[in-house]
Amino acid sequence: MELILQGFLKAIELLVSLDPEVLGITLLSLRVSGTATLISLFLGISSGTAVALTRFPGRKFVVSLINTGMGLPPVVVGLFVTIFLWRNGPFGFLEILYTPTAIIIAQAVIATPIVTGITLAAIQNLPPNLRLQILALGATRIQMLWLLIREARLPLLAAVMAGFGGVISEVGASIMVGGNIKGYSRVLTTATVMETGRGNFDTAIALSIILLLLAYMINYLLTRIQQRERPR
Amino acid sequence: MTMSAPILQGKRLVVKRGGITVLDIPDFEIKKGGVLSLIGPNGSGKSTLLLTLSCLLKLYKGTLIFNGRQINNRQSELDYRRQIAVVFQDPLLFDTTVLENVSAGLKIRGVDKRERTRIAEDYLERMGIPHLAKRSACKLSGGEAQRTSIARAFAIRPAILFLDEPFSALDPPTHEGLISDLNRLLQETDTTAVMATHDQMDALRLSDRIAVLQQGKVAQTGSADMVMNHPINEFVASFVGMDTVLTGTVREILEGDRMILAVGKREIEAVGDLPKGEDVLCFVRPENVILSTDSPAEHSSARNTFSGRIVRIAPHGLFYRVDLNCGFDLISYITRSSLDSLGLREGQTVKASFKATAIHVIKKSS
Repeated sequence: MELILQGFLKAIELLVSLDPEVLGITLLSLRVSGTATLISLFLGISSGTAVALTRFPGRKFVVSLINTGMGLPPVVVGLFVTIFLWRNGPFGFLEILYTPTAIIIAQAVIATPIVTGITLAAIQNLPPNLRLQILALGATRIQMLWLLIREARLPLLAAVMAGFGGVISEVGASIMVGGNIKGYSRVLTTATVMETGRGNFDTAIALSIILLLLAYMINYLLTRIQQRERPR
Repeated sequence: MTMSAPILQGKRLVVKRGGITVLDIPDFEIKKGGVLSLIGPNGSGKSTLLLTLSCLLKLYKGTLIFNGRQINNRQSELDYRRQIAVVFQDPLLFDTTVLENVSAGLKIRGVDKRERTRIAEDYLERMGIPHLAKRSACKLSGGEAQRTSIARAFAIRPAILFLDEPFSALDPPTHEGLISDLNRLLQETDTTAVMATHDQMDALRLSDRIAVLQQGKVAQTGSADMVMNHPINEFVASFVGMDTVLTGTVREILEGDRMILAVGKREIEAVGDLPKGEDVLCFVRPENVILSTDSPAEHSSARNTFSGRIVRIAPHGLFYRVDLNCGFDLISYITRSSLDSLGLREGQTVKASFKATAIHVIKKSS
């Protein structure tokens, strides 16, 4: 018990004193996972909408692939991104392995199927005639897509939460492609793994609390937007 | 009466679904002004035709010509869609305020905010729902939502308004209120409209022309009375129901909820309490029309007794259907034995009578 108590005290100390190292790790985590989520939103919403609105042979197969992708193990993603970015790999010339950019790529790969899957479900849940109604109101294809996405905005916010939640808490891929380099590619999760391994439970607890608080604050904000009072 | 040019023409319209032809109409025209109803049972293709005419359904074959111009590419399709409006059975409103919903079509067309708010408020007023403007569209009752949907369609000021079963999801009183408001708005704005409905009452009340669809084809097109009283074949006859439909006016109010209706040059007594001068539709069920060959001097208990000439006698199920001309069209069903005992034949003049209580009278909206 004393261990946990000590950990909490240390955590509070680190938080209150705004320890520069902890602060740096936190900001990097936010930046990396935030960027990865944005990329996944762009890719996931467009591809999810496209699959939801079109009929083509093999569509069922694609949908099941997307749904499987929603549970993609981060270590598998980490492995393949590492292979691709490896010095002799197809994208080795970019020389971005063990950089924050590599983490962003891996996390975007993890979050994109999540966002795609939720978008697909959200758009498919809209009334089937809504698309015809929007076209009948004189909309161009682009206007129609925009209006459909806007109608599905509440479930799409859930996609943002799920995507961000998935990547901010993921450790396998980050450690594999980022390398947990101090002051450079060390994020909250990789730092927690390392400190736990070293037996520095107090620091590890502090980092965990920060991670939880961060995830909570972001989701609280999004929930507020999602559940905000509708016009009466 | 001058023949107005068709505002929309459909040529060789063919729609297939899963390899099966669901619509096959060689020639279809919508004339400017007035309301055309597409009626027919489920699966007859009325909604398919409506969606085809509103350019929302992919044609297997065929072309649409709007105001003399062929709709044949993306741009002309969009231009056409910006000239029309469609109201579906479900209101299909956006998750925003009622006012925003009604101005949605204008917003899509790039009308500036002040102008579109002004127009939207005007149509909310005309549909009798200005108090709902700031309300969320998700919190409306079925009738309010459909009013919003109709206001949204009118706000575009469409050249043609398409209505796909617009009242089917509503309960009777809501239905009643909405149909008369829609009718008033159609008159006020002189909008050309096409409505698909399975309800022949709605069709009769709103439209001046009716097209009956049967298995993806048009079985009959014509004025409402024409289609109702002179169905072209058995299918149309069985679908429109066998009632005689008469149009008339309330001429006089009698005591005890009775009234005298002027139908053509004849007068009919009916039950009801509509104001004098009101235009009405009367429905007379053929089984309630009694035929006799009595001399004119004799009085029957029914006040509504008319002499008429037998136009046609045809077997109809267990009965015989006798079409009469009494100065208005009248249909009677009689049994085989009555037919024999009365010795009826075509061209003969007989007495037809029905009780005042046997007539169903409704207000004609237009």
